[in-house]
Amino acid sequence: MNAPTDTAAALLREKGARQTTLWARMRRYRILYLLLLPELIYFAVFKYIPMFGILIAFKNYNLALGFWDSPWIGFSNFSSFINGVYFWDIMENTILISVYKLLFGFAAPIVLALMLNEVKSNWFKKVVQTITYLPHFVSWVIVYGLMVALLSPGEGLVNLLLKEYGYSPISFLTEPGWIRPIIVSSDLWKEVGWGAILYLAALAGIDPSLYEAARMDGASKARQLWHVTLPGIRNIIIILLVIRLSHILDAGFDQIFMMANTFNQEKADIIDTWVYRQGLERMQIGLATAVGLFKAVIGFILVVAANKAAKKFDGQIW
Amino acid sequence: MKTNIAGRLGHSVNYLLLTAIAAVTLFPFLYVLSVSFTPESEVLRRVIVLIPEKITLSAYHTVFAGLGLGQAYKITLFRTLVGTALNLLFTAIPAYVLSKKALPGRSGLLLFIVFTMLFNGGLIPTYILIKSLGLMNSIWSLIIPGLISVFNLIVMKTFFEQLPPELEESARVDGSGELTTLWKIILPLSLPSFATIGLFYAVSHWNSYFDAVMYINNPQLMPLQVVLRNILLSVQNQSAEQSALDGPVSTFAIQMAAVIVSTVPILCVYPFIQKHFAKGVLVGSVKG
Repeated sequence: MNAPTDTAAALLREKGARQTTLWARMRRYRILYLLLLPELIYFAVFKYIPMFGILIAFKNYNLALGFWDSPWIGFSNFSSFINGVYFWDIMENTILISVYKLLFGFAAPIVLALMLNEVKSNWFKKVVQTITYLPHFVSWVIVYGLMVALLSPGEGLVNLLLKEYGYSPISFLTEPGWIRPIIVSSDLWKEVGWGAILYLAALAGIDPSLYEAARMDGASKARQLWHVTLPGIRNIIIILLVIRLSHILDAGFDQIFMMANTFNQEKADIIDTWVYRQGLERMQIGLATAVGLFKAVIGFILVVAANKAAKKFDGQIW
Repeated sequence: MKTNIAGRLGHSVNYLLLTAIAAVTLFPFLYVLSVSFTPESEVLRRVIVLIPEKITLSAYHTVFAGLGLGQAYKITLFRTLVGTALNLLFTAIPAYVLSKKALPGRSGLLLFIVFTMLFNGGLIPTYILIKSLGLMNSIWSLIIPGLISVFNLIVMKTFFEQLPPELEESARVDGSGELTTLWKIILPLSLPSFATIGLFYAVSHWNSYFDAVMYINNPQLMPLQVVLRNILLSVQNQSAEQSALDGPVSTFAIQMAAVIVSTVPILCVYPFIQKHFAKGVLVGSVKG
């Protein structure tokens, strides 16, 4: 309301704050520190203690002996992982599934957003959006149930059709050759609509006068797309791509844990599912922890690098 | 004129493709719904049953009477309600405290928290921690380890930072303490933000299954998704002939009924919450 007095008051406050000692300032916030304490304890216990637990990777962990008394074995868990026969298989599965998801799943939301952006009828747009968001909200267990309905060898719809036309049924969910296409396409089906939201927001933010100017210059629809629309969402595309790349070792645990089974494991097993099986089913605790650490370290490096890269592009995202 | 025709053609193709995408999204749900009501003999005979001629509820009887879905519902409901309430409490408070730019030590505290987003101990050390805390086979193992999502915390912090500081100053002048200010001024203003973040937490509680697979063995404590998973996986290798022997209700129809029963709650609340989510995503990712 009264700008000059406000500024003067702010200056006075700042001056006062600088003069008081750190201790006095902390005293002023004592209730807030007290409020923060339980949350800090939460992070210490549930996030930092497991980080400390990573030391298990350097031990020959023995359930009977426990954390403190299991013998140290240096890096031998790591070397037996890297030299193990499964190493290249699970690395290949993890990276390939992730890259396939990136290839098919990254452009699709952009295309969907561009298509929706062209729609003039508001209700049609809303209906399509509402429907395409929907799968994002159901669990992977339910998606698997839908896949059983469509793909199961006995009564699945696709196999009923195959049989109808004289082909032999395919057990899609247990055959290694089929599992990757199924993982990638179900992920696309589930997330494409949700992924389009951010691009739609970015598209809505493009200045309409740019289109007008382009039309005045005689630009066709295609040229408008190329010279106005795509540059308008370029930054967000690059940032999201950088973030996706930094998660290349996260091929989608919840989904794959649901869909992988003993039959298709050779093509579906990723680092995370392998860690679960070795660590908690076969009790190779030291080895599994080492593999988890291996993944966490690479993930950390990638995320930090990605953050640096994203900042170069205007840092529109957090 | 030529571009006009091309333009209109383009528009029609666009509408057609979008309709097709929506249809592909919905089809599996509709198909499962219809199969769950269809008697076994019909499914095998008529190939695509989108509108069943004969309707039977026997699959649903089996699901509710024999498979423990009622108990699983209770567990999931408890987990979602209590879990989400605690999530909000444990996220909003640090978000509020850390939104104070003048708080001494703020950046150090933030680093302490954000670092957990970048690096973690991983599955096995976390499992061992939960086990040694005695949380195995306790419903708290599904709630406590995920009390705070750092991402949501940052979203809320950003929200609090946008509130005008004059609000709190005038409250302080009027003699209100921190807690009163938080409760009487900040909270009412933040309800939309609470609703969005709360919905995010609630959906993830409703949908998650892996933590329960790890930490829960007691059938009485298994949440809905785990029970559904067991129903779907237990007969994975059984052949169609075998399941036809089970009696009038096929395993397949039971599986489909279980899928529907687990999906319906989401479908019921979805129309109301969907647009809040869209807003939430934008609040969380695009500044300003």
